[in-house]
Amino acid sequence: MLLSLPALHLQTSEHHPLFQLPHGRLGPWCSPTGSPAPLSCEAGCGEGSWILVCRLLVPTQVSLLSMEEDIDTRKINNSFLRDHSYATEADIISTVEFNHTGELLATGDKGGRVVIFQREQESKNQVHRRGEYNVYSTFQSHEPEFDYLKSLEIEEKINKIRWLPQQNAAYFLLSTNDKTVKLWKVSERDKRPEGYNLKDEEGRLRDPATITTLRVPVLRPMDLMVEATPRRVFANAHTYHINSISVNSDYETYMSADDLRINLWNFEITNQSFNIVDIKPANMEELTEVITAAEFHPHHCNTFVYSSSKGTIRLCDMRASALCDRHTKFFEEPEDPSNRSFFSEIISSISDVKFSHSGRYIMTRDYLTVKVWDLNMENRPIETYQVHDYLRSKLCSLYENDCIFDKFECVWNGSDSVIMTGSYNNFFRMFDRNTKRDVTLEASRENSKPRAILKPRKVCVGGKRRKDEISVDSLDFSKKILHTAWHPSENIIAVAATNNLYIFQDKVN
Amino acid sequence: MYLRELSVSVSTMFARGLKRKCDQEEVTEGFGTVPSYSLQRQSLLDMSLVKLQLCHMLVEPNLCRSVLIANTVRQIQEEMSRDGVWHPGAPQGAGRAPLDRLVSTEVLCRTARGPHGEQAVPESGESPSQTPAPGLCTVSLAQELRDPESGLWEMDSPRESRASFSKSLDQIFETLESKPPGSMEELLSDVESSYYDLDTVLTGVVSGSKPGLCGGLEGFTTAPSPPSSGCKSDLAELDHVVEILVET
Repeated sequence: MLLSLPALHLQTSEHHPLFQLPHGRLGPWCSPTGSPAPLSCEAGCGEGSWILVCRLLVPTQVSLLSMEEDIDTRKINNSFLRDHSYATEADIISTVEFNHTGELLATGDKGGRVVIFQREQESKNQVHRRGEYNVYSTFQSHEPEFDYLKSLEIEEKINKIRWLPQQNAAYFLLSTNDKTVKLWKVSERDKRPEGYNLKDEEGRLRDPATITTLRVPVLRPMDLMVEATPRRVFANAHTYHINSISVNSDYETYMSADDLRINLWNFEITNQSFNIVDIKPANMEELTEVITAAEFHPHHCNTFVYSSSKGTIRLCDMRASALCDRHTKFFEEPEDPSNRSFFSEIISSISDVKFSHSGRYIMTRDYLTVKVWDLNMENRPIETYQVHDYLRSKLCSLYENDCIFDKFECVWNGSDSVIMTGSYNNFFRMFDRNTKRDVTLEASRENSKPRAILKPRKVCVGGKRRKDEISVDSLDFSKKILHTAWHPSENIIAVAATNNLYIFQDKVN
Repeated sequence: MYLRELSVSVSTMFARGLKRKCDQEEVTEGFGTVPSYSLQRQSLLDMSLVKLQLCHMLVEPNLCRSVLIANTVRQIQEEMSRDGVWHPGAPQGAGRAPLDRLVSTEVLCRTARGPHGEQAVPESGESPSQTPAPGLCTVSLAQELRDPESGLWEMDSPRESRASFSKSLDQIFETLESKPPGSMEELLSDVESSYYDLDTVLTGVVSGSKPGLCGGLEGFTTAPSPPSSGCKSDLAELDHVVEILVET
């Protein structure tokens, strides 16, 4: 049965801590090699060699909890085994992103919060535990706002998070909602000054008359505290809803893209931005196309791409002109006349565009497929992968319940050899570009025991259904995997399923 | 794909001039029959108009979604005009109240019979059941038709009348009561004017200027139309068909 998304506003939030599934000692941990471990030829992604590392549930009041409990939240992770099967809508994860080393994993949710997880450090005692992620920091990035001019609410939902490369001890990330981009600094504090003259140890002012000697405050170690502070707020530059942000390879600028415009920012300047793309027509009645995603080239700081709702990708060079309304390259695949229907345009709308790490390819996701394009060939993609073609006959129903407008993201692995994207029923798909094998896996509580190998799933299209297959009509369309992330150098993936964050690792034999 | 298969068969029927007859035959075969292409297309159009209207009024509507739906509406209406079905200004046959015009979504999304005689019934959890749905959908559709102030994707200029859905319902009930029932001509003229208003809304201007897109559409209306009698009987047949569907 196709299910529409149920209303998710349940009972008010309750203190429930972060937890992890218990992990048994099922085998020796794979030893870190340091270099990207490609999916082995034998195992490959087609043979289901992924294991669940941990499942993380972000509670509503985790920050309150850490204040009350005043212990390291990482200790809480290891001891709590409670399961909570409900969640408020604010807990729905809306973006997932590893940082450039893969040490940190950030999630944003509908409630405007950002939760950062940190990889467990390798230790001699607990070699198995490496690869697990624990809560590192939580903060409220965006608050709901009200636009008085238009009498409309501005959602606090975090649409995208992008990390800056690390340049000092602190971590920096950009987070954005529909209208405002913020630069956050996340830093650790593990020492504090002690021995003030004018204050006592609790911070109360001392009576100056009682001070007879002077002393120099010294730094003493304290429990690790991670604090997040907003360093920049880039506001009031977008009339429409921001769908993408992308940090430039010069690390000095970044771009933010909304439905009709793309702006270029300098990190240091918050009261100005340059408009580099504007597709708003003079008469709004002529509007037939919007920008859906945008990204900078990973190495060429003058080059970026943006995708549209008509299934086209434009590559622009900022050296050509100040306003990049005329593209340098235009990528579009001619339409297949045999597949034409009233839904053709909707399903061709690109929901995500990503450069490969090499910068040679771009990957696009539309409703039913993932396509890989060579930057040097504009007239068609070099590879097309069917994500869930069995939905092609259901487009009418999916249009009715609005699922056809779901925006799925797609990601490359570190070596650009495997691509991954999400689907419905908490399924996600991986495609190995070299072996041409693909696999469907499921991120679900019921089917995943910790450290157990994920079993490949299969959707049965018609006729006889085999034992382990699931029929198209049984798919749960309220369980969609829109956001996934792949570790930059290792085979660790993060999959967001509603309010759950699953972390899987390739089990290397 | 279902829609595609039908379009191929319907165009064949067109060639043989058997369209109307075939439509009726196809639909009267029984409850489980696939609805005709034109019926399905009409329902898709209605559903799309409803979708455009039913945006969250608290938060700004998703522009991408609105643009895609509007493009779909445009595409359907262009095809209907090419097929000669789109006659907003022509006098229409008497008969049915607007309520009966809308086919339930279950019928719309019914797929062809599978090889084993199974009926795949893609149903969404929100898919309205036969009885209450047409009323609700039509109410919303009429709201779209009657409420030219609805802001679809204007973002720049502030809107005075951001009527909430319940308020619009009140408006609809008023207009439905005041209007004589079953005035197809008025209904379709409303559709045409609402499309016009769609474009005025897009420009953010309330006063009636002549937007380019609507100009194109008006070109259809001023084009020589088939004799009104043929049109009338078309619609009478359509009503008859819908009546059968609704009553089953």
